[in-house]
Amino acid sequence: MDLKFELIWSYLPLLLEGAKLTVQLTVFAVAIGTVIGLFVSLLRISNFKPVSWAAKIYVDFFRGTPLLVQIFLFYYGVPQLLGLDSMSRHMAGIIALGLNSGAYVAEIFRSGIQSIHKGQMEAARSLGMTYPQAMRYVVLPQAFKVSIPPLGNEFIAMLKDSSLVSVISLPELMQSGRMVANRVYRPFETFILVALLYLVMTTTISQFVSYLERVFGKDDHSQ
Amino acid sequence: MITVNNLTKNFGSLQVLRGVSCQIAPKEVVVVIGPSGSGKSTFLRCLNQLETATSGEIIINGTKITDPKTNINLVRQEVGMVFQRFNLFPHMTALENVALAPMKVRKQTRAEAEELAMSLLKRVGLQDKAHQYPEKLSGGQQQRVAIARALAMRPKIMLFDEPTSALDPEMVGEVLEVIKSLAFEGMTMVVVSHEMGFAREVGDRVFFMDEGLILEEGTPEEIFNNPQNPRTKAFLSKIL
Ligand SMILES: Nc1ncnc2c1ncn2[C@@H]1O[C@H](COP(=O)(O)OP(=O)(O)OP(=O)(O)O)[C@@H](O)[C@H]1O
Ligand SMILES: [Mg+2]
Repeated sequence: MDLKFELIWSYLPLLLEGAKLTVQLTVFAVAIGTVIGLFVSLLRISNFKPVSWAAKIYVDFFRGTPLLVQIFLFYYGVPQLLGLDSMSRHMAGIIALGLNSGAYVAEIFRSGIQSIHKGQMEAARSLGMTYPQAMRYVVLPQAFKVSIPPLGNEFIAMLKDSSLVSVISLPELMQSGRMVANRVYRPFETFILVALLYLVMTTTISQFVSYLERVFGKDDHSQ
Repeated sequence: MITVNNLTKNFGSLQVLRGVSCQIAPKEVVVVIGPSGSGKSTFLRCLNQLETATSGEIIINGTKITDPKTNINLVRQEVGMVFQRFNLFPHMTALENVALAPMKVRKQTRAEAEELAMSLLKRVGLQDKAHQYPEKLSGGQQQRVAIARALAMRPKIMLFDEPTSALDPEMVGEVLEVIKSLAFEGMTMVVVSHEMGFAREVGDRVFFMDEGLILEEGTPEEIFNNPQNPRTKAFLSKIL
């Protein structure tokens, strides 16, 4: 066995560029996903059936179909539907990842909200607060706290899944790896390095999440 | 002050309230007793519409609260409720628990709300616990914070659902003292409680509920010393 890491060393900046795009895609996707997820989780628990059904259809669609199909749908399908020539790869990638993440985050928030004892909502309502006030000041702060660990997992999953947008040639880490491997004919060294870069990123995120858990759980205020 | 006419409440096919009617006068203290599952909590929860009535009407201070057009949030500002399991907000200190509704509902400034909250915590004997989180408080202390929290909305009526039954025996007294002091100040109250000493001392009337109806009502003397209904007798002989 004859490994030649020095051959791909000069391509490291290219891979780091890719890693940077991976981080950007993931951060955007999770940010969009969190906003959508919060909104959809609130619709999902609505007593008004058409609203909660619509939310459920969204969630089921994005969780129940492959992300790869969703990426193709946005990159190739949506421009056709709207009669456009094409859509930017970045735009399609971020939208697909963001909507996919939104479905998972919606479920995280929904179960977070439902884990809060219903006496909390009742106590708030009995003081004359409206439903949105009770949600905002009483239920959601507690639900958010219990959602931090699964949100961290979602962040990590999204970072790894973002490698799928390489199929629409977005030059993120995976796609950069393929380019390098093709140029130097050293797939093993290249993809080991790519894997290590992913590992560094996921480990950093999980460290950060444990830190958040410590900060928010300093003295556990839950009853 | 409170008029209830033929109130019924169904949970699915289960009829929990089967036509409750009563009148409660201003400053009156009504103690509700009855076996488990007889509908006491459901009755109380209908009075601030935490449960929506299936039929019948409830009129509080001239407002028909069972009318869907009534703004229930306004009604609830006048009707405080204290729960068996306290239901304090665990992510807020005692002071924040009490100050939250005055700030968000009454739109008081933080300073005003916290001053009010502090004076109410003082009143229930807990000013030194103002900055503690609920988990650091004993059950009796938590329940007193919960009472202060309800009082912060300056309600005209207070509802208590077995406020001492989740407490260790040595903490029952401190909570009952606070409730008594409210009674002596003239607060209109409906209290579900099996504390007979308390009922005799502060209750103006006792309602005995069974199977979704008020089967018997009267002064504490009448109900405890000379119950008429056989079911009341049977119930009292079990708990006295
Ligand atoms: N949300 C609900 N859904 C279905 N059934 C309910 C609900 N709330 C109460 N019930 C039922 O209604 C009946 C009356 O309940 P309620 O809590 O009013 O009784 P209670 O007199 O307060 O009893 P306890 O002394 O045990 O507190 C019980 O059979 C209970 O199981
Ligand atoms: Mg009860």
